[in-house]
Amino acid sequence: MASVAQPPTPIAGKGRDSVRSWPLGDQIAYGVSWGTGLLLCVIAGAIVLFMLFKGLSYLRLSLLFSSPSPSLDQSQSGGFLDPIEGTLLLTTIGTLIAAPIGISIGSWLSEHARPRWLARMVESGVEMIAGVPSIVLAIFAILVFSKPVFAFLSETSSGGSVFARSFINAGLMMSLIALPLIVGATREALNQVPAHVREASYALGHTKATTLRRVLLPASRPGIATGIVLGMGRIIGDTAIVLIVLGQTARLEPAGGTPVLSLLRGTGSTLTSYVYENSPAGEGHAPQKAYAAAFVLLMMVLAINAIAMRLSRGAGEAVQWIR
Amino acid sequence: MSADPATQHGRRRGSPRSQERRAELTLGAISVCVLVFIGLLVAIVFTEGWPSFAHNGYYQWFLPGGDVETQLRAIFSGPTEAAHYVYHLRAWPILWDTILVTGGAVAIGLPFSIFAAIFIAELSPLPLRRILNPVVRLLAAVPSVVYGLIGILAVAPWIEHNFISQADKHSVQAIVQLTGPNLTLATLILAVMICPIMIALIASALATVPRSWVEGSEALGANRWRTTSKVSLRTVRPAIVAATVLATGRALGESIMIEMVGGSRPFAPNLADGKIFFFEPIQTLAATILANFEGLSTVPLGQTLYAMAGVLLLSCALLSLAGWAIRRLMLGRYGIGV
Repeated sequence: MASVAQPPTPIAGKGRDSVRSWPLGDQIAYGVSWGTGLLLCVIAGAIVLFMLFKGLSYLRLSLLFSSPSPSLDQSQSGGFLDPIEGTLLLTTIGTLIAAPIGISIGSWLSEHARPRWLARMVESGVEMIAGVPSIVLAIFAILVFSKPVFAFLSETSSGGSVFARSFINAGLMMSLIALPLIVGATREALNQVPAHVREASYALGHTKATTLRRVLLPASRPGIATGIVLGMGRIIGDTAIVLIVLGQTARLEPAGGTPVLSLLRGTGSTLTSYVYENSPAGEGHAPQKAYAAAFVLLMMVLAINAIAMRLSRGAGEAVQWIR
Repeated sequence: MSADPATQHGRRRGSPRSQERRAELTLGAISVCVLVFIGLLVAIVFTEGWPSFAHNGYYQWFLPGGDVETQLRAIFSGPTEAAHYVYHLRAWPILWDTILVTGGAVAIGLPFSIFAAIFIAELSPLPLRRILNPVVRLLAAVPSVVYGLIGILAVAPWIEHNFISQADKHSVQAIVQLTGPNLTLATLILAVMICPIMIALIASALATVPRSWVEGSEALGANRWRTTSKVSLRTVRPAIVAATVLATGRALGESIMIEMVGGSRPFAPNLADGKIFFFEPIQTLAATILANFEGLSTVPLGQTLYAMAGVLLLSCALLSLAGWAIRRLMLGRYGIGV
């Protein structure tokens, strides 16, 4: 997503061009414009303050460190330790898959892009992936990963049907959500590296590949990092894929005996699915816990975005440093 | 990234030229995987969903007729032998809901976003602008499930108490229940969700308008609002189209929030109902898929859901195609690409 760029400095001086002297229609439009701007602040403020109020009044430290358990009595149903772990695990998997692929595609589009028509197709392909609703990706994943070929990615029931729901499957789909952001950030960052840096590297006898790996990618690291962090934010916030492809078990349920692999093949939940399940729309009706979890989720997403903003500020400096 | 000096000089693995070629081919191959994936996605979703269209008749699928919820339940609980699968579905209510919610959200959000973008890019005093940029990013970053939670727990009861009278509820009791989660709530929250995307894109486009054009207009004596609306805004029309297309696509694909605050019932609100129209429950295409995903393994219901996913994919594709065509036409006329 494009960030809001710094606009040019205000256009007119005050004196002669006072708003009072404008035609009435212009004055009204000017007022409406102010109104929308202030309304934006009010909406954002209301959301943050409301979640802060609800979150702080329902969040207990014990909720963060106890696992959920199925119980109708809300004092017995535990906290959301497992969903937090699930969110972290899923984000890690998704990012680890998306980052190398995204950087490769971004570098190819920016540095090689031959033949031209193929590059254009890949470009619109990435745009199309960004446009595919996550719910479609989710049910597509169920269809594909329930084929026997992909049995190693999830649990297989005794009847021989593949469950298709696991952390690794959900992570694969999540990587597609983060991919367009990483590709875009990589391209943008590489384009910002001035041409004479490339020329200097070629003049030293480096090949294009070496230049990319040794000069261009290190130089555009902050920009790429921004894209990756934004992608992580997208993964943390997605719910449809989690609900459908992660198997909807409240706790992390490893499949099989191997330590790490079993976790990846197993099912679980994340904060988003926990909030959904505990809202009136889900099965367990526990609005207080939903608020508490949503507060934690919101804080995570806002922290991620703050990091991204910080990094993108660093990107400008890094490029300057090269110049 | 290895720091092996041998690879650095490209000696160990053949000449620099062949290494170069290999690097380009590898990166290119990874990139082409994107196209392969898109092709597979479209092909598999449509193949899987085809029986649903085929059994209903290709255009009857899209027509009104009967209650979708009952039809989906019948599909789910029908016979399990392949020869006797039930497929009967008239999906118009879902499509109508999708059109209403998406159209409504864009109709509210677009003018709002244009004004807000103008405010951010041109009119606001600097301190306020410093607040507004993070505010827009914040609104874009809030996960849809949080929007849904606030909607269903905080706004829905308020709407139910203040806008829906007992008389309204009784008048349609036999057909549909009027509650807090409804068409209006879903549309409003969806508008809040898609506005940041449009605002960010339009505002950053406004910042690229050539200074000389703006100064020219100022020099001719136009005031700030006239300059903005007649020069800057016209210049960025292609960007407005792009932003609208992107936001509409996002709105079409939104499932969680709509499922939470839309009433979760595939009902077609009737314009003839007057005031009640606004408070009738809805369920869009994406939300219907989400509401029924637990029946994915039941073959006919699964195929019906994949048919819906296909329709969703198709409408997203048509949307961006239309946006592309409009932008192309505009670029020819206005000359500035954004």
